[in-house]
Amino acid sequence: MSARPDRTGYASHPPRLLQAYAVSVFGFLYLPIIALVVYSFNGAGVGGFPPRNLTFDWYRMLFADGAIWTSVVNSLIVAFAAIAISLTLGIPAALALDRANFPGKALFRRLVLLPLILPGIITGLSLLMLFRQAGAKLGLLTIILGHGTALISVATTEVFAGLQKLDRAQEEASLDLGANYWQTFWRVTLPNLRLSIIGAALLIFTLSMDEIAVSFFLIGRDNTLPLEIWGRLRRGITPEINAISTIIFFFSLLLILIWYRLRVGAEARTELAAEPASPP
Amino acid sequence: MNVANDSQSETQLTMTPTPENPPGTQLLVIRKIAKSFGKKPVLRDVSLSVAEGEFLTILGESGSGKTTLLRIIAGFENADSGEILMASENLLRLPPYKRRVNTVFQQYALFPHLSVSENVGYGLRVAKLSKAEIRARVDEALAMVKMSAYANAKPSKISGGQQQRVALARALVNRPRLLLLDEPLSALDASLRRDMQQELKSLQREIGISFVFVTHDQEEAMVISDRIALLRQGELEQIASPREIYNRPATSYTAQFIGHTNLLRAEVKDRLARCGSLSWPVNLADGPAVFSVRPENIREGTAARADAISFRGTVLNQAFHGATDLLCVQAKDGLIFVIRLASSKGIASEASFEFSTSDAIPVRDSAQANDERGS
Amino acid sequence: MFSRAYRVAVTLPPLIWVIAFLLLPYALLLCYSFWSVSPQQEIVHAWTLENYRQLFRVNVYLQTLFRSMWIAARVMTFSLLLGYPLAYFLSFHAGRRKDFLYQLVIIPLWVSYLVRAYAWKTILGSDGVLNTLLQYVHLTRHPAEFLLYSPFAVVLTLTHIYTPFAILPIFASLEHIPRNLIEASHDLGASTWHTFCKIILPLSLPGVLAGATFAFVLSLGDFLAPLLLGGPSGIMISNIVVSLFGAAYNWPLGAAISLCMLILILGLLFLSESLEKKWAYR
Repeated sequence: MSARPDRTGYASHPPRLLQAYAVSVFGFLYLPIIALVVYSFNGAGVGGFPPRNLTFDWYRMLFADGAIWTSVVNSLIVAFAAIAISLTLGIPAALALDRANFPGKALFRRLVLLPLILPGIITGLSLLMLFRQAGAKLGLLTIILGHGTALISVATTEVFAGLQKLDRAQEEASLDLGANYWQTFWRVTLPNLRLSIIGAALLIFTLSMDEIAVSFFLIGRDNTLPLEIWGRLRRGITPEINAISTIIFFFSLLLILIWYRLRVGAEARTELAAEPASPP
Repeated sequence: MNVANDSQSETQLTMTPTPENPPGTQLLVIRKIAKSFGKKPVLRDVSLSVAEGEFLTILGESGSGKTTLLRIIAGFENADSGEILMASENLLRLPPYKRRVNTVFQQYALFPHLSVSENVGYGLRVAKLSKAEIRARVDEALAMVKMSAYANAKPSKISGGQQQRVALARALVNRPRLLLLDEPLSALDASLRRDMQQELKSLQREIGISFVFVTHDQEEAMVISDRIALLRQGELEQIASPREIYNRPATSYTAQFIGHTNLLRAEVKDRLARCGSLSWPVNLADGPAVFSVRPENIREGTAARADAISFRGTVLNQAFHGATDLLCVQAKDGLIFVIRLASSKGIASEASFEFSTSDAIPVRDSAQANDERGS
Repeated sequence: MFSRAYRVAVTLPPLIWVIAFLLLPYALLLCYSFWSVSPQQEIVHAWTLENYRQLFRVNVYLQTLFRSMWIAARVMTFSLLLGYPLAYFLSFHAGRRKDFLYQLVIIPLWVSYLVRAYAWKTILGSDGVLNTLLQYVHLTRHPAEFLLYSPFAVVLTLTHIYTPFAILPIFASLEHIPRNLIEASHDLGASTWHTFCKIILPLSLPGVLAGATFAFVLSLGDFLAPLLLGGPSGIMISNIVVSLFGAAYNWPLGAAISLCMLILILGLLFLSESLEKKWAYR
């Protein structure tokens, strides 16, 4: 059924009103970002219409700005560490939810997924209190722990979804052929989850790079990129911010396109494998 | 060369695919419907008609276009060309919700958030009938399909067979002029299927409206239909009653698709058909010809009568089918026959078999028909 | 099929982490809300209900909470009004461009929150794009002040940020509706509009509920947009909490307010979940 065109042959022309509405909603979603990009080249800085004096000045200023790049490096460190933590804990968590039954499983599931829906302030504050009580000094490490905790839910959700698509029979075959559980995990389960894991990693990376609510409370002396930008915003708008925002936008765009291609490619391959012959 | 028309049989003419007159008045006339999905043609100028009160089955393999044809009648697909007339009105101009046609879907398509009686009454509510009338007709419809006890159940709580009855009631309650059924029994298991076939048949007789039933199962088609329309690769191969289509198949494809058969490819010269070591008199012009012989028409014997042909052969395989055995026999000249005999244990490994020349039905060669398709 | 050792090995690490970094912190939050702060800016670990009494006695806290809920409600409503038709269009009318348009919906989600909030700030300011544009085409003569530093700006920005959050679950639930149900509805005589009201809308409610919950809950706890764009009239409850953990230094009171927010949010999540279960027909 998936290879067929949309099965409502007679309703193929969308009503004009709905189409126009959809276009305007897309416009609403994108216009601010487009304005941002355009104005990052604006000679007169932010604001003023129409934009004049297209220039790369702001980008030049940006590249000379040491503090920004330090914060970028910090953010990258945090992001990769967060990926490591989230995956290392998220994959077992997904397996546990899929295959194990234990008292408190429902509570466990809710706790794991909670940071996804809770506003960051609550996660951030509660962790702050934990570190305070434990006497820990705030810094990059605490931010890493915060991101890792918040983003386990992302890893768990993605991997869990991947587990549903996994053919249980493959693992059974592996056990049948003599491999033990650990070997089966490495040779059969993990390779099949490759797509989910990569997808999760991309998502975690992007979310961590952008994370500000939780980081806000756990920050020490070192800034991550969003916090660095935030600090400058509090002091006033500089057009540099437009430039860095534009760069972030295109970078995120690239990442999500990669993620999407990966996912669609894999889905198409599994569909082709399962597809029967011709339409009736 | 039209082999079929020169058939030596004098009783019934084999029907060639044209919109002929079915018994009774014509409810639906389908004229030259063509449809392609992208570059792939799915229906090629199909024409047929449906009589009032008849049970017509559209039979075919997957890819034959049968479901597409049904969906065009229902209104879920648009045809590329052609027309469909019902009561002199071109149905294709109307959206599906304005046609006096209702459908029973393959996966039933019951609305999961409505109860059984709410499902059945859906069309009546849309038509804004009074509450009392709706209740009366819904009760009547549920009683007809024996689902009255489940009126308040949700679809997820009833079995597949029960869902199918509800789907039937939901369609029939609107008193359509034509009921379309898209392989409704394919999801049921064998014995339930057989029961439902009988129920559908008696229901249709009782209500009296026309049913157009789509299936790929030729046995099912034979059991329930008044007429069968066999589709092949988007074209109408033959349309006739089950008995007719079985006894007088028009083409080799029909002969093979419906029931078992033996196809003899013979050469006719001077009014004699020759196939391997067999030869028999025929009333046909010279040239190649194909004959269909049904397995049950071959019996043990040595052709003592003039109008019979016999051959000696080795029994390769004997399969037990309950009341009959199906034998696979290789004749001396290498021809392989499938023969159906009353079940017995004692067939010698080599025996003589015979069949009447009148049981060798000439059919159009479907492979040849393929070449002619260009016109 | 999976041995006990396997299941334990797979459950224990995340379980321990979750207890240490989620359960324990929430418990601490609870504890802090019952403590107090001394004039010397030290946390006094004596149990007291003072924080909660303050919460209900001092007007500003409840007022701000209600204002925050009102803002969140508006964000939720606009997200649904903008998001549902788009999701519907995407699911039923997008045809071959469905994948591409779906990506277009996801992309803003991946673009930094900060970037988007900042974009609105530059647009809405008195020197901003919108004001100068309006003056340029002579629709206004002076910059419109209410655009920035107001609840309006907060609602606008949060709607922009959370509409994609609303679109995704609605789209998913619309995609889940078997197309043959729609054909069946048309077959039985219902027009497109009737089919939408009686079949599509009811069956998409779980997705709508999920989207609405996301938008409401995340807006309620937001503190960044108000800080950037809210001005004095756009302060939300989280801003109060932030200042209590910052300059105003009263962690216990901040914890009490956070706990109330947490309980409120958990209540909403629970409500939403049970409604979703009730309305899901599978």
